[in-house]
Amino acid sequence: MPSVDRPLSPHLQVYRPQITSVLSILHRITGVALTFATLLLTWWLVAAAYGPEQFASAQAFLGSWFGQLVLWGFTFAVFYHLANGVRHLLWDFGWGFEITQVRTTGIAVVAFAAVATVITLIAAYAAGGA
Amino acid sequence: MELRSSLGRVRGLGSAKEGVGHWWAQRFTAIALVPLSIWFVFAAISLMGADYAAFRAWLSTFGNALAMIVLVGTLFYHAYLGMQVVIEDYVHHEPARVIALLGSRFVLFVLAVSCILAIVLVAMGR
Repeated sequence: MPSVDRPLSPHLQVYRPQITSVLSILHRITGVALTFATLLLTWWLVAAAYGPEQFASAQAFLGSWFGQLVLWGFTFAVFYHLANGVRHLLWDFGWGFEITQVRTTGIAVVAFAAVATVITLIAAYAAGGA
Repeated sequence: MELRSSLGRVRGLGSAKEGVGHWWAQRFTAIALVPLSIWFVFAAISLMGADYAAFRAWLSTFGNALAMIVLVGTLFYHAYLGMQVVIEDYVHHEPARVIALLGSRFVLFVLAVSCILAIVLVAMGR
């Protein structure tokens, strides 16, 4: 549609990845991933309404090594998107725009997501395994 | 003073007049999802290893069923708003964009209704 070749921005190929840009796109990636995670949530709930066999097969998938791997990934995605979402809300209130603050909160968000994921996995396996 | 060009005005360019509502809805659902998702993580941990009967018993209590329905409704609305922005940003081919927007909206709506229906059926002991 555009009749004029206007310059587009930013040219990702020539930009060095930085904590700001990497965490920004990671927020979207985890958001889209979590949208697909709702398929698992739906399967789990619908299986519980359908019957014992369906629920058992859903549990069997979630308990398999592949299902566990997927759940670990989604656990990290939940914590990252949650923490970075709070960071976004603080930005919406006009707080934390200094480049040092953006760096600090960015590192804090990743650290929180990593630690919370590990704690959740330990708690989950302690609470009853797969 | 009118700063827009006559051509731009006639083509209806500019604000679609609905961005603010989208922005607020995304923030409201985001804030609501902070406690809801933390609650869900704790619930999921407590449900590790739960069998069919145990899971249904958990979902049959009023509080858990209510929290799950609120979580599901908020989550799918937030997911729909987020997917809309992502699709609008990255899918440039117009027909593909329209199909992706409508398709994601429809699929997420069906998933949300499926979840809520399942919760209600389990809570009613069906």
